[in-house]
Amino acid sequence: MTLEEEYLRDMLRIRRFEETVLEEFKRGVFSGTTHTSLGQEANAVGVIRQMLADDIILTNHRCHGHFLAYGGDMRALFAELMGRQTGVCAGRGGSQHIHWKNLYSNGVQGGIVPIAVGMALAEKQKKSEAAVTVFIGDGTFGEGVIYEAFNMASLWSAPLLIVVENNHIAQTTPTDFALAGDMRMRFQAFGIPALELDTSDVMEIAGNAFQLMREVHEDYSPRTLILNTQRFGPHSKGDDTRPEEVVALLKEQRDPITLMEKRLPSVSVSTLRAEVEQEVKAAFKTALADPAANMEGRA
Amino acid sequence: MKPTVLDSLNQGLLAALQADPAVHLLGEDILDPYGGAFKVTRGCSTAFPDRVIPTPISEAGLAGVTAGMALRGLKPVLEIMFGDFTTLLADQLINHISKFRWMYNDSVSLPLVIRTPMGGRRGYGPTHSQSLEKLFLGVPGLTVLAPANFSIGEDSPGRLLKNTILNTDSPVLFIENKLQYLQPLLTLEELSDFDVDVRYDPGDTHQQFPFYVLRIKGAPQASISISAYGYSAEMARQAQLKLAFEEEIFCELIVPTRLSPFALQPLVDSVSRTGRVLLVEEGTRSLGWGAEVAALLAEALGDKLKQVKRLAALETPVPAAVSLEKVMLPQQEDIENLLRKMSAQNA
Repeated sequence: MTLEEEYLRDMLRIRRFEETVLEEFKRGVFSGTTHTSLGQEANAVGVIRQMLADDIILTNHRCHGHFLAYGGDMRALFAELMGRQTGVCAGRGGSQHIHWKNLYSNGVQGGIVPIAVGMALAEKQKKSEAAVTVFIGDGTFGEGVIYEAFNMASLWSAPLLIVVENNHIAQTTPTDFALAGDMRMRFQAFGIPALELDTSDVMEIAGNAFQLMREVHEDYSPRTLILNTQRFGPHSKGDDTRPEEVVALLKEQRDPITLMEKRLPSVSVSTLRAEVEQEVKAAFKTALADPAANMEGRA
Repeated sequence: MKPTVLDSLNQGLLAALQADPAVHLLGEDILDPYGGAFKVTRGCSTAFPDRVIPTPISEAGLAGVTAGMALRGLKPVLEIMFGDFTTLLADQLINHISKFRWMYNDSVSLPLVIRTPMGGRRGYGPTHSQSLEKLFLGVPGLTVLAPANFSIGEDSPGRLLKNTILNTDSPVLFIENKLQYLQPLLTLEELSDFDVDVRYDPGDTHQQFPFYVLRIKGAPQASISISAYGYSAEMARQAQLKLAFEEEIFCELIVPTRLSPFALQPLVDSVSRTGRVLLVEEGTRSLGWGAEVAALLAEALGDKLKQVKRLAALETPVPAAVSLEKVMLPQQEDIENLLRKMSAQNA
């Protein structure tokens, strides 16, 4: 399998997982809430595929794509969202609160950023050579604690890559209604070099992420990658206030999967699609049959 | 000069740094020669320059940084200069630090300690004098400790701090008290008027969090139990001593060192004997520590519990003026007066 095919497969896994979640939510298979990464698959795959084995990921409420791109088990994620004992965190965390290997997510905006700084400093102190990547969104820029974290990351030269997925909308609020000034200049003010891309091309994201990740590892200091991206789905389950034609246009113009599929022979695309389809269906079916989470010995 | 609680805590920090290279101190103004606003960290940066990290004024961010360090195998200790500033930590403490272990299905540990001084009586006014620990009691996954000013056997405030730093695998909020810092450590010699028992809640299987039970030596069975922690415990001890010698009112004082998780069997045992209890705290009265202790005692003892009184701060901010602060915060005389009343009603 070529690298391009691998990236497409990884994006398709996220796409079909998330589509399944939204479809099945309506049928009551899942409970609570969820936030899907539809349209943002290239960010997760392009960045996370550049990480070294011991590197660490901090992610947020919109974390399914990051978990899957990191190699997380699809059945365990389905199971976590369904509240099954076999879930990533045995049903305790649900959609936004997962931990597996070196991936940690939490559902409150901003708070993971200083935690990422602390992890990066710990790895540096331990001389482990591991770096940390933290994913935040445009909405997170309203939280004050991230600026404390940027300051400390720069001050103490934390090996940290800050990835901003700017999908231009926070729940229902357009970024223009919530953010003054310039996003990139915020990082410059803290002395953190920041690169901004406006692309759905996973290869372009991957190439730049690779370079930044190398700088973080070699210089032991923070970098930022701002990814202008588009969210195709609702914030959570059915709360999209954007007109349908606006979302349709985004899908037409900014779909990372369509873009990648155009570059590959149609036979490999259809093979990959069929494989992913089978994987998603099997994972869903297995998770559905798994036992409900219980509190035995856990209070 | 006799060693103080401050000296003991300082020695505890130094001993923890000495014992384990994973221990790191963070905080504002903690470097020598200043050594922290209350001098608890003095000497630490000189002895361990690589592991004592002076920080910007960023309490919320720092709590997150320590959480990240703890999740990745270090043992960070964060000093928050005034307990009042713990409000800035609330999101980290409640939505991050205390939750990670359980919500991640026990797949992580967070050996971290956040130390901070609470308390008034120094005229610092509304935002530098509060006792806010009640806001953090009963948060699942968070342990709240308050050292006592006793040095009995191996137990001391510094030992509690050191052992907590070295041995905890879950987050701890360590509540110190500004007036307690300068109190001399009381050994059995200084406590010669008392019989002192060190007891533990049965749930504290490793016997890490002592309860000190103080009875007047040679006195008849106590008729009232008193419970208090931190500086209030010292005021209660003075009142207990005075009333015993001057008025023959005999009380039993129970000083817990762990406030949360909430488990107070040694206090329940005491009140099951006396039937009466006075609960003293420096925080405001409503919905506080004393209220929860009263509920616990009522549930545990039923009609064996004859009387509960709470003494706590008035429901106002802590005033700056000395005369106002004296009225707002519980005083030793207030404890004595309440004990007299309770004793009279008992007679």
